[in-house]
Amino acid sequence: MSMAKGARSPLTVVVIYPDLLGTYGDGGNGLVLARRAKWRGLDVSLVQAPSDRPVPRGDIYCIGGGEDGPQVRAASTLIADGTLTRAVEDGAVILGVCAGFQLLGREFPDAADRPHDGLGLLDVTTRKGTDLRAVGELVATVEPDAPRDPDGSALPALTGFENHGGVTTIGPGASPLARVITGVGNGGGDGTEGAWSGRVIGTYLHGPVLARNVALADLLLGWALVSRGERLPLVWLEDGEENALRAERLAMAGTVKLSARLRHVPRPRR
Amino acid sequence: MTGPHPPATRRLPFRPSVAVKVASGINRLSRLLGRGSGTVIGGRAGLAVDPMLLAVLAKDRDVALVSGTNGKTTTTGMLVAALSEPDSVGVATNITGANMPAGHVAALIGTRPVGTVVLEVDEAYLGRLIEDTHPQVVVLLNLSRDQLDRISEVRMLVDRWRSALGRLDPVGHGGSRTVVVANADDPMVVWAASTAPEVRWVGVGQVWHDDAVGCPACGARIVFEASGSWNCDHCGFGRPERFAWLEGDVLVLADGRRFPVVIGLPGQFNRANAAMVAVAAPEFAGTHCQPPVSITTAVERLSKLHEVAGRFSTVQRKGRDIRLLLAKNPAGWTAIFDLLGESGDPTSPVVLSINARVADGFDTSWLWDVPFERLIGRAVVATGERCRDLAVRLRYAEVDHRVVPDVLEAVDMAIGNAGRLSVASASIPVEFLGNYTAFAQLRSRL
Ligand SMILES: [Zn+2]
Repeated sequence: MSMAKGARSPLTVVVIYPDLLGTYGDGGNGLVLARRAKWRGLDVSLVQAPSDRPVPRGDIYCIGGGEDGPQVRAASTLIADGTLTRAVEDGAVILGVCAGFQLLGREFPDAADRPHDGLGLLDVTTRKGTDLRAVGELVATVEPDAPRDPDGSALPALTGFENHGGVTTIGPGASPLARVITGVGNGGGDGTEGAWSGRVIGTYLHGPVLARNVALADLLLGWALVSRGERLPLVWLEDGEENALRAERLAMAGTVKLSARLRHVPRPRR
Repeated sequence: MTGPHPPATRRLPFRPSVAVKVASGINRLSRLLGRGSGTVIGGRAGLAVDPMLLAVLAKDRDVALVSGTNGKTTTTGMLVAALSEPDSVGVATNITGANMPAGHVAALIGTRPVGTVVLEVDEAYLGRLIEDTHPQVVVLLNLSRDQLDRISEVRMLVDRWRSALGRLDPVGHGGSRTVVVANADDPMVVWAASTAPEVRWVGVGQVWHDDAVGCPACGARIVFEASGSWNCDHCGFGRPERFAWLEGDVLVLADGRRFPVVIGLPGQFNRANAAMVAVAAPEFAGTHCQPPVSITTAVERLSKLHEVAGRFSTVQRKGRDIRLLLAKNPAGWTAIFDLLGESGDPTSPVVLSINARVADGFDTSWLWDVPFERLIGRAVVATGERCRDLAVRLRYAEVDHRVVPDVLEAVDMAIGNAGRLSVASASIPVEFLGNYTAFAQLRSRL
């Protein structure tokens, strides 16, 4: 590479619509990516993209969870904006969580169970589940054919907290990200959690997911750098606190009773 | 058998009386066994015998309800202080924070059957409490994200408040009406309270706007102006005409009267709570139990209140002042950080304690919505049952911290940090910030 370093734009991490999809702490995913890039000496920029402005160009987009009404508004605004679809064609990385996962798919329901168009960047469809929400700790092992670490090893088990009423089924154009050990996940009875296709990943895991699973964060950073013709610098990060949290959560989830997983949450009378 | 059926109402006086006996019996037993005050257990048993027990107990009293995401306990304590005559029988209240129906029953059992009652109400139970107690006054503070795994999302809650408040009778039982005192600066509260027949809108500010960007009426965008006013950019839903508002530490009434709000509790959010109380307290005028209280009297009584249920209190440990602060959710933490900036030493060491029990919510993701970056420059000790989650959050906030799982050891480490900071003076306090059960845990061990 002969290009002068200063001429490059910084690696850009964009948090999509924190005003609409910032309800469940998922903005932390953007922060985790930006810090881990910075700690490796990369020039990185973290951008919060509000819903009343055009979506900026970025290398990695994080879309978080939110309430039913704002989710519908976010989806229609993102479709009209068009930037995300073009960015994926150009090799950008997308992580969608919960409502953000659902709206990356073909279709998702609103509070009254009316279907709404998603962005169609993942071949998944979400329907409303029963009256019960999936609420609680979730552990899932990453599928063998799912994306792997740059060195070829499989990602370690995913840990996180799920809180959703949707049931997501995966079409032929996408693959399951992980298989549920404890928890509900996609909820369609096939034991899967999340989905991926190309460089687009969707999951139900909050926590935020990248704070609890830093290997996944590094995988996304690696993808984004490959798209730019760069590589993730081999800088060892002191992940003692992240590993301690992971170990604690994985140990705790083993003791959670499956029967306590689905909880009735009161809904407004309509 | 001919003749009239036995009247169905005959069982009613019997049933609540059994319920009260069961509840008080269990309370006594529980106290004897040393299981705390036993109040909530007794209340639960009483409600199991008679689900309408609360309505019976509240029948001949003047009732105020206080609800909202943040400041419920403090505001309830403030309203009790504002309504209490110095030498009279106290106002009944559930000051322990037991804010669901079993706690309300417990607060009323064993107190005299008439008089004034001020109840802190969990947001999810406001509708039921209004139906059961026919309150004279309902104080609505604010609504933002809190315990999303238990309480449900803000907009679901707003819908439930709205229908409950819409069912209020304009006349009210016994000829008295219900006055709602509501925060005019929180669009979620305003949307919920606009269905009520009589509202005093009070502009007390709202630091946290992140849950109110989407208009609750139409889904479009709420625009907040620097002046504090707000409007939907699409449907015209906006801040209502205010009865009163807070300008710094002066409560200004729309009729021009001004009342300085100089109170004993720190922080702008407590002045906001005090302003709500100052407007709410006089609304009991004309009820049968409560002696009238003017705004001036209310504020005067609040100036003597320095802690509520241990919150904002200062304790001594190893010769060092420890200030005890409680915050449960992103909006609450943001307000507490404002308070640290306003009334604390900019270098005082901080202990942060986080639990995730039922009363806290099991999901700790909200830690990432809290601006912990504001603690950069302080020595922070992370503790509590979820100190690992907190430690990771602080690492990504790039806040210098140590992890000490035991809460007392954590406080002692912070005392050591304070000692290193101020060799000459012992005046630098330690600030302890905990969420709900973490706060209670420390208090029980100090
Ligand atoms: Zn509107």
